[in-house]
Amino acid sequence: MLDTNDILDTIRMISDENLDVRTVTMGISLLDCADPDPDRACEKIYNKIVDRAKDLVRTADEISATYGMPIVNKRVSVTPIAMLLGCAPDADPVQYAKTLDRAARTVGVNFIGGFSALVHKGFSAGDERLIRSIPRALAETEFVCSSVNVGSTKSGINMDAVKMMGPIVREAAELTKDNMCMGAAKLVVFCNAPEDNPFMAGAFHGPGEPDCVIHVGVSGPGAVRAALAKLPKDASLGEVAELIKRTAFKITRMGQLVGNLASERLGVPFGIVDLSLAPTPAPGDSVANILEEIGLESCGCCGTTATLAMLNDAVKKGGVMASNHVGGLSGAFIPVSEDDGMIRAVERGSLTIEKLEAMTAVCSVGIDMVVIPGETSPAVISALIADEAAIGMVNSKTTAVRVIPAVGKKSGDVLDFGGLLGYAPILDVSTFKPDVFVARGGRIPAPMQALKN
Amino acid sequence: MEAVITVIGRDAVGILAKVCMGCAEANVNVEEVSQRILRGTFAMIMLVDMSKATVDFTAFAEKMDAIGKELGVEIRCTRQELYDAMHKV
Repeated sequence: MLDTNDILDTIRMISDENLDVRTVTMGISLLDCADPDPDRACEKIYNKIVDRAKDLVRTADEISATYGMPIVNKRVSVTPIAMLLGCAPDADPVQYAKTLDRAARTVGVNFIGGFSALVHKGFSAGDERLIRSIPRALAETEFVCSSVNVGSTKSGINMDAVKMMGPIVREAAELTKDNMCMGAAKLVVFCNAPEDNPFMAGAFHGPGEPDCVIHVGVSGPGAVRAALAKLPKDASLGEVAELIKRTAFKITRMGQLVGNLASERLGVPFGIVDLSLAPTPAPGDSVANILEEIGLESCGCCGTTATLAMLNDAVKKGGVMASNHVGGLSGAFIPVSEDDGMIRAVERGSLTIEKLEAMTAVCSVGIDMVVIPGETSPAVISALIADEAAIGMVNSKTTAVRVIPAVGKKSGDVLDFGGLLGYAPILDVSTFKPDVFVARGGRIPAPMQALKN
Repeated sequence: MEAVITVIGRDAVGILAKVCMGCAEANVNVEEVSQRILRGTFAMIMLVDMSKATVDFTAFAEKMDAIGKELGVEIRCTRQELYDAMHKV
């Protein structure tokens, strides 16, 4: 028989410590839906998504009920839509976004990702049109998420794209200013974007992926924090890392189980488990609280980067053994508005955007769900994107920027997105001008790290 | 198919009887029972065989949940594989 303590341990993690499977995401290739006639293309897109994902939500709910573990989100990611626009020069990309939205509504998922373009080395047919349409597409749809990859370790940073993205982020916020600037919360600018990321808003189904695949994103900051709370305060950091690894192992095994079951029941190959600590605004389910539990007075103080580096590494080491295939972003997330502890750290004044930037060098993702002043200039946003992309490019890791300019709000105001996206006070950003640098355009050459062959 | 029923809450008269009665009504065979009082909290774990159950898993879990509410304890019914996955290498 199973060990009583193990069973009680699992139940406590689920019922008291917010342990859950954060997302089961079905990746669907739309490469076979390209058509010069946009109406026909959209019809094919809608039919393919609905056909492949029709049982996704029901299956995930069944698994959740039978195995007693919550599966919070069911989502779909698709081929970057810019790839379908190349052969349809007269198409309005927003029509494609609305089709994705309609398909998402039909199959019952809460987000669909892939209104995306991969332009890390340059623009191909369709890319620029898609990027320019992003603000309108996000304002006119409910479930669609968008991402643009502007750099990679192999190719360097496409500064023409970076220059474009500042104004696009700003416009996405402006067009949705009556709805908490929500457009910008659904737009991620990446460097080294993974092709199999199950997490929104950055999920898309990369061109190297199979026709249809299931990815799972796990979570569990609350369980890690609760485990650490029981460790004596004088335990060495080696012991702390070991405990994080053990907890991450359990969390990831749960994700692997769900992935296997979903893949089997849906008849779709299993892709990857994304070994992530994804926080929620629920009290205690916070990456910042883990760092504080290890011994920081408030997230953002000196020592935060080192603590986060250890946490991130231990999560991966624990998770990698628990899973057959690891992918996606895999690491600790530090989205401000989605993490109760981060929000408090900002309110206390201990967490600044500069510290967040340093933290992104040692964990997954980047400047994520950060609300910046509404008057921040597009050039400053572009330069912020360039800085993050540089960190990702040089460190051969994914970095991203998802900032929300709080259009029409004053310093001290709060944007409240509701649900898992949470709320956040405005963080100040340097107002010194990087305009000449941004206006230069061109490409930042790939670093020496690219020359691995 | 084997499942694990866990009962956690304040100890009361008749918990074991009511849960077992629920199992018997659904033709679910109780194979093992382990019961402990942890710092005043009653914790019972039952391993049951559901291969000849007369109701489907979801209906059985709902029935257990209802018994839990009536007794003021938390009853969860979960497939065994979850615990195997998390705690066995």
